[in-house]
Amino acid sequence: MNKIVQIDPDQVEDVGPLYAARKKVYPQKVSGTFRRIKWGLMAFCLGIYYFLPFVRWNRGLAAPDQAVLIDLPNSRFYFFFIELWPQEVYYFTGLLILAAITLFLMNSVGGRIWCGYLCPQTVWTDLFYAVERLVEGDRRERMKKDASAHRWTLERISELVLKHSIWLMIAWWTGGAWVLYFTDAPTLVKELVTFQAPAIAYIWIAILTATTYLLAGFMREQVCVYMCPWPRIQAALTDEWALNVTYRYDRGEKRMSVKKANDLRALGQHAGDCVDCYQCVAVCPVGIDIRNGPQLDCIQCGLCIDACDNVMKKINRPTRLIGYDNDINIQRRIEGKAPIYRIVRPRTIIYTALIALVGGIMLYALATRSLLDINVLHDRNPVAVKLSDGSIRNAYTVRFLNKRGFDRVVAIDIDGPQDAKFHVVGSDSITPDRPMIVLGRDGTTELRVLVTAPSDRNPEKSIPVKFRVTDIGLGEVASATDNFVAP
Amino acid sequence: MAETELDQVSGKTTTGHQWDGIKELNTPLPRWWVLTFYATIIWAIGYWVVYPAWPLLWSHTNGLINYSSRADVGVELANLEKIRGDKMVALGAASLEDIEKDPALLALARARGKAAFGDNCAPCHGSGGAGAKGFPNLNDDDWLWGGSLEQIQQTIQFGARSGNAKAHEGAMLAFGKDGILKKDEIVTVANYVRSLSGLPTSPGYNAAVGAKLFADNCSTCHGENGKGNQELGAPDLTDKIWLYGSDEATVIETITNGRSGVMPAWVGRLDPSTIKALAVYVHTLGGGR
Repeated sequence: MNKIVQIDPDQVEDVGPLYAARKKVYPQKVSGTFRRIKWGLMAFCLGIYYFLPFVRWNRGLAAPDQAVLIDLPNSRFYFFFIELWPQEVYYFTGLLILAAITLFLMNSVGGRIWCGYLCPQTVWTDLFYAVERLVEGDRRERMKKDASAHRWTLERISELVLKHSIWLMIAWWTGGAWVLYFTDAPTLVKELVTFQAPAIAYIWIAILTATTYLLAGFMREQVCVYMCPWPRIQAALTDEWALNVTYRYDRGEKRMSVKKANDLRALGQHAGDCVDCYQCVAVCPVGIDIRNGPQLDCIQCGLCIDACDNVMKKINRPTRLIGYDNDINIQRRIEGKAPIYRIVRPRTIIYTALIALVGGIMLYALATRSLLDINVLHDRNPVAVKLSDGSIRNAYTVRFLNKRGFDRVVAIDIDGPQDAKFHVVGSDSITPDRPMIVLGRDGTTELRVLVTAPSDRNPEKSIPVKFRVTDIGLGEVASATDNFVAP
Repeated sequence: MAETELDQVSGKTTTGHQWDGIKELNTPLPRWWVLTFYATIIWAIGYWVVYPAWPLLWSHTNGLINYSSRADVGVELANLEKIRGDKMVALGAASLEDIEKDPALLALARARGKAAFGDNCAPCHGSGGAGAKGFPNLNDDDWLWGGSLEQIQQTIQFGARSGNAKAHEGAMLAFGKDGILKKDEIVTVANYVRSLSGLPTSPGYNAAVGAKLFADNCSTCHGENGKGNQELGAPDLTDKIWLYGSDEATVIETITNGRSGVMPAWVGRLDPSTIKALAVYVHTLGGGR
């Protein structure tokens, strides 16, 4: 038998396990200003996400009529009046830069308000909590049911089955909406219902159903506290003027009962407004006590403000014992000064200016982008060919891009070597000196172009040659330059 | 028997193993992990049964479903051949001129031709068809056997001096080796040939003798004015392109020993539509007539 020997804990330097098990959060129902804002934003965001694929946008017969479509097989991205090609993917870089600076701006104004109101993790978790509350009851009931020794009653089981079924349906709809952005939505819905859709659609729906169900149903606030990098980043970006959800301890402390506070006030002494009712803790979706000061876990959703306001109204004290505020103002009030709010300060001005600058550049680039383009690739082998009369010929692969939704006729000109003649392979143009070709709509056309020039008129080893393409109807011009080289 | 101890801090016992006084807490793998591990073992056994798995002396176990990745490749290749076949039929049906006029067929022929050229022609003519000494540059406009689509196709099919019954025949005679011309006559005629395309002649060269020698010996194939004859593969001696080189020593060498480069016949080795594609490809390299 193994002999068990006791180890003296005093001799061990270990401070105990570094792992803390999750404490399940049971947020209580609350009503108020910020709750209403959150409902409104949730409806807005989910409305866009779920229904945007069904919005139509007429682009003529040739192009898809879905307003927002990521057409991977054809390498096109459609966003209302904008159509992007793969080489224009830098617009997404611009959008990501804009998104990052907007996040910084939101942070410098109101802390993690993105997390509390707009982040998909918050929006879906909020929705899942609403379902949980509807099926299982409010905070107290849910805690009681979970703690009950006889919890596996038929009623309890059916309740849980109902809750998870609703969750899975929402999750499934979330995955379903995702795939609709990648192909014609009404067609895909029809195919999905009749089980005719491609396997990849079902696979993606399954993946996103699983992630939504897990992230919003089970992982919840742990995503915000442990997984997401944004709390750490924003902690490094914030400053003392940002308005975070703050417990105004200047007003709240010392905490005491209503009666005792009234007695003290009758004597003309200071009494704290906080009655230690724990309503702010009960409604918190991340399960923290905001009265401990600003903390990493807080997502700035403002639900504790609503909860506290409701209590303050009941006990006839001014509202906003908890509010969007900062420590500077608390100190000023303690010193008897009026609070100041500096929304406009160098930091916010710079962020706003950067947003305007990047947005302006993007708009300019989008408005002035060329819908006709030309790329030239010089033949590498052979680089140059000597012909029987001694003249030199270079061959080029020329690729034309027509980003318009219709075919168009273009003329090709070249500039460069003296007395140069050029010939487009496979083109029977009636104007041989200025070949006309037809560029198919919304696509590229590749041609082989031969440029021939007499060597005695062009003694240089390398002469720049400019290829110019001109849309006969619209007058659009694009050009590209390469070199004409001697053998 | 090893001693295990109870650790007050973690509430766990030690394993009883010690390494230089360092003891190990007994922290078994989580149950789900162990079960997953067992599941993978069971999966592996199932895999052995269903799929080919164990090597035998001269073969291997085939598994219940008799799967073979090689057979999969065969199916995919057959599919590819089928897809390609349909298109190559269209190529085979169209005339050479029509292929060049139809952008889709032209693109197909050039793509197929480029691939076939790289596989079959590049060793002599170079990957871009630029040629080398003795191997014609296919990008220029100088053709020994003709540069029209049909002539190019003909040359690819039957070759030159390839032994095929329909091959282009006719060779440059070895005037020096076979004693037809004397050494000084060869130098004179070499200077005359160089002068045809404007190249300088060496001192002491007699143009009248050169012209006489050329008319007597060379004009049968190369023509009276040296313009060559594509029926015989006799090159144009008045242009700027020289298959073997234009310096006097090289021209003397050519006249002394003769030239008879070989182009193999590809008929029977390549299917007709591939030869068609090659003809179009070579024609569109730039020099096609």
